[in-house]
Amino acid sequence: MTAELGHYALMLALGLALIQGTMPIVGTRTNDAVLMSMAAPTALAQFAFVAMAFAALAICYVTSDFSVLNVFENSNSQMPFIYRLTSIWGNHEGSMMLWVLILTFFGALVAVFGNNGPIVLKANALAVQAWIAAAFHLFILMTSNPFVRIPQAPFEGRDLNPILQDPGLAFHPPLLYLGYVGFSIAFSFAIAALLEGRIDAAWARWVRPWVLGAWMCLTVGIAGGSYWAYYTLGWGGFWFWDPVENASLMPWLAGTALLHSAVVMEKRGALKIWTILLAILTFSLSLIGTFLVRSGVLTSVHTFATDPMRGVFILAILVVFIGGALALYGWRAPMLKQGGLFAPISREGALVFNNLFLTTACASVFIGTLYPLALEALSGEKISVGPPFFNATFGPLFIPLMVVMPFGPLMGWKRGDLLGAAQRLLAAAILAALAMTAAFALEQGGPALAPFGVGVAIFVMAGAITDIAERTLFLRVPLRAVWRRAIGLPRSAWGTAFAHFGLGMTLLGIVAATAWGSERIAEMKVGDNLDIAHYRVTFTGLFSRQGPNYHDVIGRFIVRRMNGDLIGVMEPSRRSFPTRNMTTTEAALMTRGVSQLYLSLGDPTQTGNVAMRLYFKPLVLLIWLGAAIMFTGGALSLSDRRLRVGAPQPAKAKAALRPAG
Amino acid sequence: MRRVLLLVLGLVVLTPAFSWAAVQPDEMLRNPVLEARARGLSQQLRCMVCQNESIDDSDAPLAHDLRVLVRERLQAGDSDAQVLDFLVARYGEFVLLKPRLSWRTAILWGLPPGLLLIGTILLVVAAARRRGRMQEPAPGLTAEEQARLQKILAQSSGS
Repeated sequence: MTAELGHYALMLALGLALIQGTMPIVGTRTNDAVLMSMAAPTALAQFAFVAMAFAALAICYVTSDFSVLNVFENSNSQMPFIYRLTSIWGNHEGSMMLWVLILTFFGALVAVFGNNGPIVLKANALAVQAWIAAAFHLFILMTSNPFVRIPQAPFEGRDLNPILQDPGLAFHPPLLYLGYVGFSIAFSFAIAALLEGRIDAAWARWVRPWVLGAWMCLTVGIAGGSYWAYYTLGWGGFWFWDPVENASLMPWLAGTALLHSAVVMEKRGALKIWTILLAILTFSLSLIGTFLVRSGVLTSVHTFATDPMRGVFILAILVVFIGGALALYGWRAPMLKQGGLFAPISREGALVFNNLFLTTACASVFIGTLYPLALEALSGEKISVGPPFFNATFGPLFIPLMVVMPFGPLMGWKRGDLLGAAQRLLAAAILAALAMTAAFALEQGGPALAPFGVGVAIFVMAGAITDIAERTLFLRVPLRAVWRRAIGLPRSAWGTAFAHFGLGMTLLGIVAATAWGSERIAEMKVGDNLDIAHYRVTFTGLFSRQGPNYHDVIGRFIVRRMNGDLIGVMEPSRRSFPTRNMTTTEAALMTRGVSQLYLSLGDPTQTGNVAMRLYFKPLVLLIWLGAAIMFTGGALSLSDRRLRVGAPQPAKAKAALRPAG
Repeated sequence: MRRVLLLVLGLVVLTPAFSWAAVQPDEMLRNPVLEARARGLSQQLRCMVCQNESIDDSDAPLAHDLRVLVRERLQAGDSDAQVLDFLVARYGEFVLLKPRLSWRTAILWGLPPGLLLIGTILLVVAAARRRGRMQEPAPGLTAEEQARLQKILAQSSGS
């Protein structure tokens, strides 16, 4: 019964989406306020019905109702509660449900909180949002229905893939989806503005909080996925340039560009046409990402061809939405008025530079991800595009971006003073040069570019601090006054500084962990020692332990400093899951400051020896801490008064009442 | 195994293939310089039965064979380029994770720098045009606007 209710609720949501997608638009055309005001309640109702459908699926999972095919295939009654819940989105159908849940959630948020803009814009935007929702409701109902029943219900489910039985599954997918589905709001507002044919600086002010929120979620979503991969895979890699990762990185890059160009649009009224295009492109990249991972095209162009229903459906969604949006843009954009003049050396100029490099970086990820697919589909020739390609193209684009980054916030709007900014960054540059020299001196072997990377990272971090120091007149006025100014600074200024600082941290972590990490691969018998960095690891034996739905074989290792001081014990394990007859590697991590020791276990040999891999990853935690700082920066900026209050309302009504003269 | 997790990043779960990272202790060369070169080469070579995994990361039997092969060639005195040529001759361009520049890959390699170049040119042109506009004197008020301004000024001074 529950499953049928869920199915029915989803169909009703489709119906509501169709109403929400048409009536408000008719209203804006006929200037009918009643029809326009239908947008908000239908958006809320649509979200309520999708939430109901999702809840129905959740109940099926939690109660282990194996008469539902989707539950049978992806769950097991022995699993802990949390994994029974998270396995909802550990499969295709369920993750599409999460997708539409988040999409309609954002629609509902706009319905409730989007009252600071004109009603026409809101009505149009919610209508566009409803078209997207309708397309995906239809996709689920026609090709990926999670509510299908099995005539004769089995007693036990097939279990969730063991690798997914991890707390990472609880956080990573929802955050990632909040991020890239969240960009749909910017898309809808862009289309709404194009439909209306009017775009002003205030548009950026309404859209920026939504972009910022989505960007924050995507940032931690990607970082969380990276950390998950890092600790699960058994060798400590954190980024692989895999198409699936690229699918989430592309919207992030475009979204970051959008965030910056929207600032220019809001403050200076410039870059309007470009910002609208970026808003369209960012969500289009989210859709392309969904297509890449959902259609099966990545597995093989041939799988896609043999079971094309899902793939073709999403491809159709892509063509209609991206094609339609770009066509509308091509038609309307020339009619929009450009505004806001600025000199090349200015805050605007710096942000344009940011946009040029970010979009080019995004394009290089895009071509690297899709070119092999396109080449194979068109000519049948197979080539591989892997990490060496991306490192060779993405790196050179990102480094100049980071070098210029500290200059941006120090430049004035309209016409900046490059020399002045450079003078103010002198301390940061000296610090960076010192760090570079130190890294170069301390480096024993290792890539020659690494000290340079460290220098850039330090420059970015010190540059972010310089920005705050400049704004608070640090060292120029008494500390008490500095404190007052620091509190008085707009939160968005703090947000910028935090986000930039965080990116510097991430870069530092990446450089240090890849260039100066060390690795030991060895077969050990009980009592053997292995030295790494300034630690000595001793193997003391194997033992086993029974978990709820798995069995662990655990290796016990004692970690000491070289002088013999005991630091702790590491217990990596091999975890076997009988239901699927699979084994996973559970690496042991030991955090030392922001560096980590990483130990993973291979199969024990017949003689009782174990193959093991031991890594020392210097500063590796900075990669993800940097993302957390970026998130904090976003949150600070989001809490800025300017964004909360919204555009000033004309006080005509009051003025009219006042007696003249 | 890497593949499965990565697909979860986008939430597709495929049939799992398991690995516990690749290079095994018994494969490694005694000579640390050669071994380091072998690792470097391994990272540039694709395990052809896996998806986007280098032979350095994959535990597929084919990847093992290729790792051993790379090490044999190195011990036989091949240079890095010779090893890559040897593998390309045997398995085709598909084995390289960084495709070589050719007509087939011209778009792939050309797009990033090309886009940067085009973007820069467009921006320079736009900046030049803006400079022109910035130096133009702001257009004066029309007679109509002038009249309105006078009216507003008169009103506000009268109040």
